Amino acid sequence: MNPINCRGNGTPCTLGNLLWIVFFAAVLSAGCSSGTMMESAPAMSSMATMSRTAPSPDPRVGLGAGLFDAEEAIWNLDKLSTTPPAPDFVGVTNSDLAFKGNYVFQGNYNGVMIWDISNPAKPVLVKDYLCPASQSDVSVYGNLMFVSGEGTSGRLDCGTQGVSEQVSQDRLRGIRIFDITDVREPKYVHNVQTCRGSHTHSVLKDPDVDDKIWIYVSGSAGVRPEEELPGCSGLAPSEDPNSALFRIEVIEVPLNAPETARIVSSPRIFEDLVAPPEHGASPADLREIQEAKARGEFVVELFGQERILPRQFVAQFLASFMESRGGGEATAADSAAFREALPGLVAARFGAQNRPANDGPAPGPTQCHDITLYPEVGLAGGACGGYGLLLDISDPANPWRMDAAADSNFSYWHSATFSNDGSKVLFTDEWGGGGQPKCREDDPMEWGANAHFTIENGKLNFKSYWKLPAPQTSLENCVAHNGSMIPVPGREIFVQAWYQGGISVYDWTDISNPTEIAFHDRGPSDANTMGPGGSWSVYWYNGLIVSSEIARGLDIFELKPSGFLTENEIAASKTVKLDYLNAQGQPKYYWPTTFVLAHAYLDQLERAGGLSSSRVASVRASLKQAEGQSGATRRSTLTNLANDLDGSTDAKVKALVQTVRDLSAS
Amino acid sequence: MTHRLFFLCLVLLTSACASSAPSSETESMSDMERLFWQRQQEAMSRYTQAEVDFMTGMIGHHAQALIMADLAVANEASSPIRILTSRIINAQNDEIATMQKWLKDRGEPVPEVHIDGLQLMIHMPGEAMGGDGQGHSHMMAGMLTQAQLEELAAAKGPDFDRLFLTYMIQHHKGAVTMVDDMFSTDGAGNDEAAFKLASDIQADQSTEIARMELMLESMTGSGN
Repeated sequence: MNPINCRGNGTPCTLGNLLWIVFFAAVLSAGCSSGTMMESAPAMSSMATMSRTAPSPDPRVGLGAGLFDAEEAIWNLDKLSTTPPAPDFVGVTNSDLAFKGNYVFQGNYNGVMIWDISNPAKPVLVKDYLCPASQSDVSVYGNLMFVSGEGTSGRLDCGTQGVSEQVSQDRLRGIRIFDITDVREPKYVHNVQTCRGSHTHSVLKDPDVDDKIWIYVSGSAGVRPEEELPGCSGLAPSEDPNSALFRIEVIEVPLNAPETARIVSSPRIFEDLVAPPEHGASPADLREIQEAKARGEFVVELFGQERILPRQFVAQFLASFMESRGGGEATAADSAAFREALPGLVAARFGAQNRPANDGPAPGPTQCHDITLYPEVGLAGGACGGYGLLLDISDPANPWRMDAAADSNFSYWHSATFSNDGSKVLFTDEWGGGGQPKCREDDPMEWGANAHFTIENGKLNFKSYWKLPAPQTSLENCVAHNGSMIPVPGREIFVQAWYQGGISVYDWTDISNPTEIAFHDRGPSDANTMGPGGSWSVYWYNGLIVSSEIARGLDIFELKPSGFLTENEIAASKTVKLDYLNAQGQPKYYWPTTFVLAHAYLDQLERAGGLSSSRVASVRASLKQAEGQSGATRRSTLTNLANDLDGSTDAKVKALVQTVRDLSAS
Repeated sequence: MTHRLFFLCLVLLTSACASSAPSSETESMSDMERLFWQRQQEAMSRYTQAEVDFMTGMIGHHAQALIMADLAVANEASSPIRILTSRIINAQNDEIATMQKWLKDRGEPVPEVHIDGLQLMIHMPGEAMGGDGQGHSHMMAGMLTQAQLEELAAAKGPDFDRLFLTYMIQHHKGAVTMVDDMFSTDGAGNDEAAFKLASDIQADQSTEIARMELMLESMTGSGN
């Protein structure tokens, strides 16, 4: 394995590359000598010395292919381990991840692998549970594990032979429920069959009681025949009110009796969606229209947009207009009147420009791909066909739609993730379904990307797109996929899987200017044809960045300090501890009061220039001083520091002051 | 420090790493790679004729969508229609490649697509050009007749927009029907790659049908 790639065969590396190589070599040597994770560097004095530029040329371009020996590029991350799948699962697709305690639950189309990651440099396989189902999207809650089955070959008895009949009582499409009281021996306790199977699912803790949870099931495949599962209908709701289309399924799971779990409602959250807005004309189109106007051409508003009326229509309209005025050659007066009459003529010819309000329900999406539940803010983000939905989930069995966004640049809304305070949301577009190479040089940066929205008064407001900036080859399936927020206090940082585009960490705190801050990528899994591989999903969990690699297994990374992220910010993120994680049930992050939290805010103020460098130095010195003190002396140092800083309107300074006050009170 | 020295450091470091790895590990990795490709190969043996027919047919079906979408610029389509056609061209070209690869991986005949203006020729290996290959593609659900294609090619501007949406909705609905037909055949869809591709086509095209119906509605209003 050669992890270094300088672009341009035979051309010498740039100085930037070389520095990067040395940096990498240092990591390599640390990895070689100890075989464990790197210890933190000595406290750094200033972030000014650390690079805030991305490596150029991008080392992800031109990586050599290989299944287990592909070239790799890495930036601002340490790779702690890559662990190949258990023998029964090799060569079969690895899918989504869930976490509980020190265990990672990795879905695979052949079942579930359970890893102990107490030592992240050497994950230990605890159980390989063979029970085929696609996609084996997995979640955990308490002593239960839930696994999605969507494909037609999943069997109730976990057999590997598939199901060959179109109608069969052996088939499982829906949710499997396991008892994992002993993770070494999961017990298959129940399943809930659904009409469309379960592509993904989301677990929602009941806001009021502790003894039950809710599962929202998203199924995007075809509806099963009624003969296989009674009550399933694939007809349009207008033909059959019980249609399995245009709805999600909500399963209630009593934790003490999971064998009685059942579907309790099928909310139709898609009804009455309005037309998706189209993006306006491109700058080139607008320029063209301005030029046409200047030339005196006829520009009309049609379908909500200005457009140049093609010449043959002008001729037709003018002819009929002149006919209505008694024929003859058009005079200057005729021409002026024609200009005035044209919008009316166009409307008559091409139909009304606005859709009447009483037009009845428009056709909407028939399913969601994924729903992210964020119970602590009472919201869910549904990525549903051509729409991103904002749902109110305060009544778990009856979610209702607050808003829906559509976007002509989005093909297939895939999943949603909220900012920690719930004021922003990002949606991903899995254009091409994940099997296609949508990150090539000429694939538009708005397609197969993320879209960022603010949430204001229950409405979604579009702000920006973001897509993996490194072009990938046509041998690499690549599009926006699963990720999670990294709890760096005061910032919105997202780590995301891009299939064979690798994993990318970016900052969207400034929602109009997202910036990449770290990445890892491998070359294609096969040099000649598009082979299987890439990161299905990558999530932050208790200081680790864990990726489910479709072919290569389980990758574990850690963030590394850089000009974009300081050691203190990373340390502060590690003070957040989760007992378990299902990424589709987003947890709210809380930071305990620590000195490193104050240092993290101070580093952010330094980076943004929110405080002068001398001020930063004195505050840092005071914090250091207080850390070495105790009791009343410490309290006094901290109180003085807080008083000294108080009065600023800067939100970051306020956060720092609050942390310092909390420290003095603790 | 010179570049050479940098590289020397690097080479030393990497070689140290390589030599510390036991050779048995290297062997087990190559065993694993063999097992990996063997599993992939096994997975490719579980397909049915219904899936082969689906892939073969859908290649021709997609190819006609390319002919339709390729008309947009020359026929003065509006900006939203041009965005839509660009995406259709990108998506369906990639899916054609995926379906051809699916057939090739399984040793099945791979149809080749030849487009000449409005003429679509699907060439099956071993067959003469034209003839059967050409007739074959016209039997599939939702496909336009040659007369409809010519009608579309003759429409300009707003007329083109409206006709394009009308015909592409018809065309996409045909693709969804083809997916449904495949899934209603015993044994079909057990091949994971076929299941995924067919499900993706169904989801993407259903989404696009809904979008196009709304676009069409906003053009014509409810009265027409």
